[in-house]
Amino acid sequence: MSKVYPPDAKWYEMARGGIIPQAGNAAEYSVGGWRNEHPVRDDECCIDCLFCWVYCPDEAVRVKDESVKYQGFSPDHCKGCHICAHVCPKDCITMVPGPDFQPDEPGQSEEE
Amino acid sequence: MSEVAEVRGNRVALEGNEAVAEAMRQINPDVVAAYPITPSTEIVQTFAQFVADGEVDTNFVAVESEHSAMSACLAAAVAGGRVMNATSANGLALMWEILYIVSSLRQPVILTVVNRALSGNINIHCDHSDTMGARDAGWVQLYAEDVQEAYDNLIQAVCIGENMDVRLPVMSCLDGFILSHSYELLTVEPDEEVQEFVGPYKPDNPMLDIENPKTFGPLDLYDYYFEHKRSQMEAYPAAKQAIIDEGKRFGEAFGREYGLLEEFMLDDAEFAVVAMGSTCGMIRDVVEDLREKGVKAGMLKLRAFRPFPAEEVAAALDGCGAIAVLDRAASFGAHAGPLYAEVTSALYSYGKQIPVNNYIYGLGGREILPDHLQQVYGDLQQLADAGQPAEPVSFLGLRE
Repeated sequence: MSKVYPPDAKWYEMARGGIIPQAGNAAEYSVGGWRNEHPVRDDECCIDCLFCWVYCPDEAVRVKDESVKYQGFSPDHCKGCHICAHVCPKDCITMVPGPDFQPDEPGQSEEE
Repeated sequence: MSEVAEVRGNRVALEGNEAVAEAMRQINPDVVAAYPITPSTEIVQTFAQFVADGEVDTNFVAVESEHSAMSACLAAAVAGGRVMNATSANGLALMWEILYIVSSLRQPVILTVVNRALSGNINIHCDHSDTMGARDAGWVQLYAEDVQEAYDNLIQAVCIGENMDVRLPVMSCLDGFILSHSYELLTVEPDEEVQEFVGPYKPDNPMLDIENPKTFGPLDLYDYYFEHKRSQMEAYPAAKQAIIDEGKRFGEAFGREYGLLEEFMLDDAEFAVVAMGSTCGMIRDVVEDLREKGVKAGMLKLRAFRPFPAEEVAAALDGCGAIAVLDRAASFGAHAGPLYAEVTSALYSYGKQIPVNNYIYGLGGREILPDHLQQVYGDLQQLADAGQPAEPVSFLGLRE
């Protein structure tokens, strides 16, 4: 069970000094609300170089079996920062206005 | 005992800085990371000699700035060590950013501040502008009246900060040159008794506890930061209690008892002066002189400025006809000095309607003399009659 404090944790229920009594827990903290644009990848154009995965400052680029193709992005971790689109050597990633990933957009999947 | 103390025995003549270094030697901290600045340089210089001579087990880190000094202190404290340091004025100012992080992370780093005027223009002499500026940084602040108290305060500071209900950093303050460079006869307690009083360091969530990894100082936004600050606020009433408890325990161990404040001839006083630091010594003399002349004078010495003992200050001053607050710092743009603002706010909050004068004095080491204090007490009769101050702020020893 995660020791990370739930959003309704009271001030007296948390460890002193703002410490989180757990290591490596960024995956459990959603920053998806910061986004006002989102990336869309053309998976036909993608050469699976994994640059987007390497350069993503959070963990928003999903990867499976060493491939990002058809894996989409994590709505909880993408801040819409443009870095994946900027580093893509084939210009396969486009930033689209609006925070919400659309199911009909290429490269999206339901799987987290 | 170090060579100095050993030769002269338990009762020794030491400068304020030497007395502080002596206390540090006895406390034997795990880490001291420091950068020298006048008038606190001697503390670290003397202590560095203790390290070089193998009299302490301390890991002494020579750094390239005060920002790095406090950063290294923070890191060593988070890792799980007992950490001490010393600085003054601009050195404290360069530590500013890290001061807040040390208190937010609840690390009991112990910092001696030898009070000195902040630039500009550049001045190396005493006033309280450095630590008054740092009053909201979340550190406990104790002010010493004499060299004995500076030595005693540092030993207690360790116990106050490390108290498991407190876990806050502590500034132990003494007046630059007036105390730091003046020889005074004081009692240096035996090493083993000081070490027994201080006890071994008990780390709280040390980072080097690798079996239980934790996250320290993460990004903390609108969703948790407020709760963490509220939780930090809870430490200050506990610190107040720890200052009282440790002051009592110190009295039992060594015969010199301390509290949040000290009342001097205040019980039946009509006219009271509130002050901090070395000036309190001179005020005692003036109060005794006035008492001989039949004036009901008294003094309230504040030893703890953070946490501010508002309720105790209001209770101590209750019954006075008129009060003067002496500030050794200006708060630029405020209507009065910082100590005045705290004292009058305490009086108002606890329903005491007593008129209070404010005097700013001693900036940049300007001398304060008994005549100035006679004038302060003299003004209080007029203040009692008028019911409110004629001037928001007056100045002592200023050419005007």
